[in-house]
Order: sequence, then structure tokens, then C-alpha cells
Amino acid sequence: MTAAPGREQLIEVAYLAATALFILSLKWLGSPATARRGVRCGELGMLLAVGGTLLHHGIVDYKWIAAALALGVIIGTPLGRVQMTAVPQRTALSHAFGALCVTLVGTAEFYLRAPDVPRFMMAVLALEVILGSLTFTGSLMAAGKLQEILPQRPITYRGQNVVNLALLAVALGAAAYLVHRPGQTQLFPAVVGIPLLFGVLMIIPIGGADMPTVISLLNSYAGLAAAAMGFVLDSKLLIIAGALDGASGFILSVNMSKAMNRSFSNVLFGAFGQEQPAGASAQPERSGRSATPEEAATILAAANRVVIVPGYGMAVAQAQHKVRELYDALTKRGVEVKFGIHPVAGRMPGHMNVLLAEADIPYDKLLDMDEINGDLPQTDVALVIGANDVTNPAARNDASSPIYGMPILDVDRARTVMVIKRSMAAGFAGIANPLYYLDKTLMLFGDARSFVGAIVRELAGAQG
Amino acid sequence: MKLDLLTSLYVFMLAAFIGFEVIRRVSPLLHTPLMSLTNALDAIAVIGAIILVGERKSALSTVLGTIAIVAATSNLVGGFLITDRMLKMFRPSGPKKP
Repeated sequence: MTAAPGREQLIEVAYLAATALFILSLKWLGSPATARRGVRCGELGMLLAVGGTLLHHGIVDYKWIAAALALGVIIGTPLGRVQMTAVPQRTALSHAFGALCVTLVGTAEFYLRAPDVPRFMMAVLALEVILGSLTFTGSLMAAGKLQEILPQRPITYRGQNVVNLALLAVALGAAAYLVHRPGQTQLFPAVVGIPLLFGVLMIIPIGGADMPTVISLLNSYAGLAAAAMGFVLDSKLLIIAGALDGASGFILSVNMSKAMNRSFSNVLFGAFGQEQPAGASAQPERSGRSATPEEAATILAAANRVVIVPGYGMAVAQAQHKVRELYDALTKRGVEVKFGIHPVAGRMPGHMNVLLAEADIPYDKLLDMDEINGDLPQTDVALVIGANDVTNPAARNDASSPIYGMPILDVDRARTVMVIKRSMAAGFAGIANPLYYLDKTLMLFGDARSFVGAIVRELAGAQG
Repeated sequence: MKLDLLTSLYVFMLAAFIGFEVIRRVSPLLHTPLMSLTNALDAIAVIGAIILVGERKSALSTVLGTIAIVAATSNLVGGFLITDRMLKMFRPSGPKKP
């Protein structure tokens, strides 16, 4: 204990350095050129913080710590090596783990301090465990839906929102009472348990297409829960890391909700997937023009500028490597190929970019919606692969459409549109897409991977 | 351990502002790695769990804390690993054409 003051200062300096490194880490993540340096920086900061913590004078026993750290490494390593297509569910799972950690620590802190918990401390503790436990089960549910262990379609029933909000209100009420009378420890299990149930019920009505928003929101909750834990433990480092994570999740949720034209309150209260398409299927029975791989290949080879628009369907069909072959074949012929990526394409923010980068497509060819929309009117062919609602012109010009007002990729402004799709069936949201009936549109019916493969073979054949 | 509430609130507020400004500049291209990196950084909660377990104040706190360390450490390791794997794949179009 004699060396304690010096050691305390050493720990504080380590935490200070870790804080700076975390902020730099996020700053460097800003651009692909410096992003890996950002990761190194974050790792160094984490090493300093954990190393400093192990010097803490209050620690009398390292046995359990060592065992838990080792087990964490054993579980974490395979989770860091999953397939790129599994990244959305891995991310949801990691939100669950983060929230679990925060909830458990909060629960332990409560029982260590009860019944003499100062009011402010109790309020933050309650916030910590409420956010933590609803994020824990909510993220597990989201991961289950993404892994398709659970049905991806939204499950709705009457009074769903009333039930959910009532549950949350009960949990908040119990928490408020605990703040008033911290001695009523028997209420604490309700403060932890009800949000656990709420987390499950919150995700039940959410469909796969809304996952980008939900994952971002859960990310934000996990960060805020960690920040609350920082208040409880009086740790500036935790407050800052939690605030950074919370801010990041918040920004992404706002981006996602804007990209789906949902109001932010709609997002905050988790009321997704409610809009059932009413009368949207009034589309007359028409069939679009279809084309064969040969015809598609001929048109693509004759084009100067091609924009490929990928969606979740590309990920499902695992078509990204075939798309890369198509990119190579066209580029070799002097066709300029770019990719137009909608913010909510796929199942999490940036999902398409990761898949295309994995397939070795240079990142400067991946353009986001605002950048590519200026190019589309001068584009010869827009090739839509497994995307639907994000290309639906009804969002722009049909006020009666459920997705009216949602920003879309203006593929209908290209000279020719080609859409690879399994059938004429409506998309996930069940909304008819007038794009498919335009005179300039060619429907390419089939599995995305085999169809793109067939086009590539045609292009190679024509070459030889 | 005195809880200096106001200082903590200042710290939270300033960190949130920094977070907004820094993260707003992250290209949409990297939004997936951004999420996995902030997730890994969020695993800093492990320090709270480590102290909790090390102090051995009660059986409950040791058990809950041990599970918390496992959960946070797996996020920490997995988060950094996958972020780096993803970022390694992002390459600009180089001069070498296949």
C-alpha cells in the first residue's frame, strides 16, 4: 500500500493516454487511407487502459480476472474471424455482449452499495441497467433474425405498442421509486427484468429491411449504457468511450432513418415495420420486358458508363465475387463501371461496401447515393442487383406510395435499366415498383450469382 | 471515491460533441468498420468489471463481474480483429490492372 499514491497517478496517466488514443482512433477511421492506423491506436489505448487497471491497488485477487480474460480471448477470436456476410449478426451479438457486461456490473454495484445509494447514483444505475438489459435481449433478437434462426418478417399484433410502452413505463416507475427509496431492494429485479422482456418485444415487430436502423440504435443504447456506468464508477475514461460510442450510434441511426424517410421519434420509440402497404398492390397486371444474359451482355459491352446498384439480394445470393468478375470484364473493355450504394442497402450501415471491398473492388468506385445520383442521367446502363425499394421511383413521384419521400437512387434516369431479380414478386415491403414496367427497363430473371456469371461468360465468349 | 457529478457531466457533454464532430466526418464507405470499432472501444467497460472482480467484495459481485469480463473481452478481441480484417480489404484502384 505504500506505493499506492504513485501507482494511482500512473493509472490515471494511462487512462488519460487511452482517452486521447480512442479519439485519435476514431478520427483516423475517417478515411480508408488512415483507418488501419486508427485500429492500432485503439488497440494501444485499450492495452494501456487494461494494463493500468490491473495495477489498481484495490485488486486483491487475480485468479478470476485471468481466467475470465483468457476465456474472453477464446470466445472473441472466432467472433473476429467470421465470414464477411455474417458481419451484421456478429455486430448485433457484440452489442449484446457489451450490454451484458454493463448490466452485470450495474447489478453487482447496486447490491454492493444498497441500501445506502445516493439518489443521483441510483438514477444513473437504473438508467445503466435499463438501457443495458433492453439492449442485451434486443440485440440477441436482432442477431437471431439476421442469422435467420428467428423469422425475419415483422410479427405484429393489436395493442403491441401499448403493451411495450406500458412495460417500459412500469420499469421506469420502479426505477423512480428506487431513486426515492433505495432501500426497497426487492424492486431491483424488476428494473433489470422488465427491460429484458421489453428488449425481446421491441424487436419482434421489426423486419429485416429495418435492421440497419435498429442495429444503429442498439449501438447507441449500448454506448449510453456504458457512459452511465462511467458515472456510477466515476470513471472519465468510461464516460468518454461510452459517449463516443453513443454519438456514433446516434449519428448512424439518424442517417438510416433519414435514408428511409422515417421521423426520428419513430426510430426512438422502436415503432418500425408498422406501415403495412395499403392499396399499393393496385398495380395492374403487367409484365415488364425481360432479357437473356446474351442480350444483357451485348448492351453492357456497348455502354460507356455503367452503374451497378447492389442490394441485400446480392448478399443473399453471395454474388459479390461474380460482380467483381463482371466489373473486371467491363473495365477491360474500357467501360467505366461505378457502384451506387444506398445508405440502407443491406442489413447494416455500410454492409454493401464491405462485401464489395471483400470481392476486391476498389473503394473509390463505391459511391454513396448523393454522389452517384448526379451521374445517373449520364449513365448508359444502371444494373440493379438484388435491390428493390431503394430504386423505386414511386418514392419520388407517387404521393400515395408508402415509401413516398424516401430518398432513392435515381436509376430510372439512366438510359437503360437492367434489374436482376428472381421473379416479378413485390419486394420485402410488399410495395410494387413501377421501375420494372418502364420502357427502358429490362428484367433479368434469375439468381443474382448465376445470372451475373452468365453475363460474364457471354462477355468472355464475345471477346474470344 | 467522491462522485463529482458536475465534472462528469462536463466530460460527458464534451466527449459527445467531439464524438459528433469526429464521427460525422467518417465516410459512409466505412460505416460498418466504424460500428465494429466503436464496439471494440466500448469494451473498455471491462475495466469496471476487472476492479469489481479483483476487489472480491461479495460472491455475487465476483460471479457477475467474471461473466462481464468474459463478455467485454470477447468484444474487445473480436471487435479489433474484424475491424482490421475489414479495413485490410478496402483498397484504392491501383495502377496495376489485372
